[in-house]
Amino acid sequence: MVKVLEHYHLGENNYKIVFEVPELVKKAQPGQFVVLRISEEGERIPMSIGDMDPEKGSLTVIYQVIGKTTALMATLKPGEHIMDCVGPLGNPSHVDKKGKYMVIGGGIGIAPVHPAAKKARENGNEVFGIIGARTKDLLFFEDEMRKACDHLYVCTDDGSYGEKGFVTDVLKRLIDEGNKPDFILAIGPVPMMKAVCATSKPYDIETWVSVNPIMIDGTGMCGACRVSVGGITKFGCVDGPDFDGHLLDFDELTSRLRMYHQMEKESMEQFEKKQPCYIGLKESSKKSA
Amino acid sequence: MSELSKAERMKLPRQAMPEQKPDIRKVNFKEVPHGYTPEQAMAEASRCIECKKPKCIAGCPVEVDIPGFIRLVMDGKFAEASRKIKETNSLPAICGRVCPQEEQCEVVCTLAKKFTPVAIGNLERFVADYERDNNLTELPEIAPPTGKKVAIVGSGPAGLTVAGDLIKLGHQVTIFEALHKPGGVLVYGIPEFRLPKEIVKAEVDYLKQMGVEVKTSHIVGKLDTIDELFDQDYDAIFIGTGAGLPNFMRIPGENLNGVYSANEYLTRSNLMKAYDFPNADTPIARGKNVAVLGGGNTAMDAVRTALRLGAENAYIIYRRSQVEMPARAAEIHHAEEEGIQFLLLTNPVRFIGNGEGRVERMECIRMELGEPDDSGRCRPVPIEGSNFEIEVDTVVVAIGNSSNPLVPRTTPGMDTNKWGNILVNEETMESSRPGVFAGGDIVTGGATVILAAGAGKKAARAIHEYVMNKE
Ligand SMILES: Cc1cc2nc3c(=O)[nH]c(=O)nc-3n(C[C@H](O)[C@H](O)[C@H](O)COP(=O)(O)OP(=O)(O)OC[C@H]3O[C@@H](n4cnc5c(N)ncnc54)[C@H](O)[C@@H]3O)c2cc1C
Ligand SMILES: Cc1cc2nc3c(=O)[nH]c(=O)nc-3n(C[C@H](O)[C@H](O)[C@H](O)COP(=O)(O)OP(=O)(O)OC[C@H]3O[C@@H](n4cnc5c(N)ncnc54)[C@H](O)[C@@H]3O)c2cc1C
Ligand code: SF4
Ligand code: FES
Repeated sequence: MVKVLEHYHLGENNYKIVFEVPELVKKAQPGQFVVLRISEEGERIPMSIGDMDPEKGSLTVIYQVIGKTTALMATLKPGEHIMDCVGPLGNPSHVDKKGKYMVIGGGIGIAPVHPAAKKARENGNEVFGIIGARTKDLLFFEDEMRKACDHLYVCTDDGSYGEKGFVTDVLKRLIDEGNKPDFILAIGPVPMMKAVCATSKPYDIETWVSVNPIMIDGTGMCGACRVSVGGITKFGCVDGPDFDGHLLDFDELTSRLRMYHQMEKESMEQFEKKQPCYIGLKESSKKSA
Repeated sequence: MSELSKAERMKLPRQAMPEQKPDIRKVNFKEVPHGYTPEQAMAEASRCIECKKPKCIAGCPVEVDIPGFIRLVMDGKFAEASRKIKETNSLPAICGRVCPQEEQCEVVCTLAKKFTPVAIGNLERFVADYERDNNLTELPEIAPPTGKKVAIVGSGPAGLTVAGDLIKLGHQVTIFEALHKPGGVLVYGIPEFRLPKEIVKAEVDYLKQMGVEVKTSHIVGKLDTIDELFDQDYDAIFIGTGAGLPNFMRIPGENLNGVYSANEYLTRSNLMKAYDFPNADTPIARGKNVAVLGGGNTAMDAVRTALRLGAENAYIIYRRSQVEMPARAAEIHHAEEEGIQFLLLTNPVRFIGNGEGRVERMECIRMELGEPDDSGRCRPVPIEGSNFEIEVDTVVVAIGNSSNPLVPRTTPGMDTNKWGNILVNEETMESSRPGVFAGGDIVTGGATVILAAGAGKKAARAIHEYVMNKE
């Protein structure tokens, strides 16, 4: 059993939850993830490490409610417990010295680029950060990212905050202005990561992305997390989650993520019937992360 | 009955195992055989002629005193019979159900030559169930604490056996298990209809009662390495991490939706209870036309699971012929009875999608048997131009597993072979790292429950010696 230390509603469907996992955070590195199981009959769901505090023994996950399990997670109150938090899983992100190191976080992907940015800066990089979301309410970690990066650019699709436009617009502008990064780590929705790779490819900028395939164990045992990288099948959990974005088959990833859409809908509908007002934190929540 | 002469006893018919009828069981996940009644068990036991030089014992990888326990069954001493088996095999309820008796003890039984062999497996299962169901399981005497600590990585049959043996000797024992439930393949791989999970749980609970500590959701190699376990004052470590990495065919279309590894398919259904979706949260494809590739126990488990999930056509696709199939004879027989279709001497060439990323058809080629290969089995050779297609919406690849590199990769000084199996001294099961022992599938590659348990026995003896001789 793993204790929930803190839990906040960030805006729309986004939440920040903090777990007490003292042994795990001692080992966790930027880019790694954990697998959570909320209830006895529950699914095992992977979640990126958004932040970690080895002193407090706490690990932060930023998540979006999109189905049954994340909806159930949103009902948890501080002091309550989940069944398991396994990890740290996957390989750490490349955060060694590259020179101009850029992180691009889109939506919920802002969470995992944050510890990578911190570490990359510690390692002597000049860190550029671009964070973006559909609208202002979906942005978070701006202050944290400002601290972690040398330069931070914020944008929203609808212009409700920061620059109006996509993260790729900012990337292009920075390149045009002579700030071509030596390395990009892009994490976010699949279409965003694909667009970043399409933008960086003509400039030959090494670009890594973090994949989010469906997983079960997260240890290489099931192969549910297969992705194609340069035509070769890799396991997202043990060979990744970060891969060279210029070699990754994004369309296959998108298609594989759709495998259970119908059943997931069914599961969510059943859950909502049983628990009509599941988002228990909405009212009492603190707005800031 | 013991008044009957040997010759008469040999001629008694083998007691048939009562089981669910095929058309009923193929739509439920309950165990197929019901088990013997005490009367049946005694009748079956009375067939054993108590050979002077029992071949069955030699056929058993852990040399269970088979005529000894059967004699106790004949006398109605069922719990004692179970304890007799446990002197050499701590998992009789499990082994009675999953051991390939037809290749081990029963094939060499003296009766097998002229008649049918004694149903050793059925009897083993009966006595273990009797003992458990009647709460006759006795906690063994535990030696006074030795002050030695042993860590066990992996809770499959190898790890469970080591734990049981070492706790009795007075050592402090902790099992680390990556998944959220202990049992290894016994819980995530082998389905309920063949091995009820309650039985595995009872074995683990028994170990806990004796004082074994079980830490689930703890991945060694990630949360801590073997070296770090030694830093936490463990005197010896046993690695029983199994052969958990699924092999794929490496043919076009394998990443289409609907193509699973057997590990994924069975883990969803067994460990995550996807057959009970949406009451359990994990989904699984309920295919209409399901093809399972392979001919081992794993393939039989997957194809029979598919049937129970509602498949109209469930196929086994195997590149050799039925005689070469490595699965237990009982499972092949059960599968046939349930209406599984066997496409033998057939190999898939590619998977074809429906344009939306989902598998829709599979192209296969017919095979013929050529010269024997390294394994001694005839090598299957494709017959050119014999390609054909079948309609499938779900495919399960069950062509074997490789060893998971996680622990070997994070343990400097521990040697492995080219397949990643840990190299050990076969007498002691000690690896090239002093104090690190290993056994089960991580050493042998995918094998059997009893071989894993047998390796655990050997390792436990050597670990005991090792820790007691340490300063
Ligand atoms: C390495 C990794 C890191 C991730 N990090 C985060 C994160 O930091 N924050 C966040 O909000 N989400 C993250 N995800 C995605 C997250 O795991 C899914 O959103 C979650 O599993 C959805 O579960 P659900 O039951 O609420 O929704 P469901 O209704 O079950 O599924 C909704 C969608 O989520 C995806 N999904 C479903 N089950 C799984 C599964 N077992 N594994 C992976 N994806 C699944 C599928 O695309 C599915 O269509 C990450 C995924 C991976 C693989
Ligand atoms: C579907 C299927 C059906 C089978 N049917 C039969 C049968 O009928 N009869 C038979 O005799 N054999 C059968 N087998 C084979 C048999 O199950 C195995 O040979 C046996 O389970 C091997 O035991 P083990 O203890 O070596 O490992 P496993 O049972 O594989 O257990 C290993 C355990 O270690 C854990 N682990 C792995 N890495 C780590 C880590 N880094 N940290 C912590 N824990 C870790 C795993 O999660 C797992 O729980 C079958 C196998 C399968 C897959
Ligand atoms: S070989 Fe058969 S008949 Fe002889 S002791 Fe063993 S089980 Fe009995
Ligand atoms: S999640 Fe099972 S192998 Fe990657």
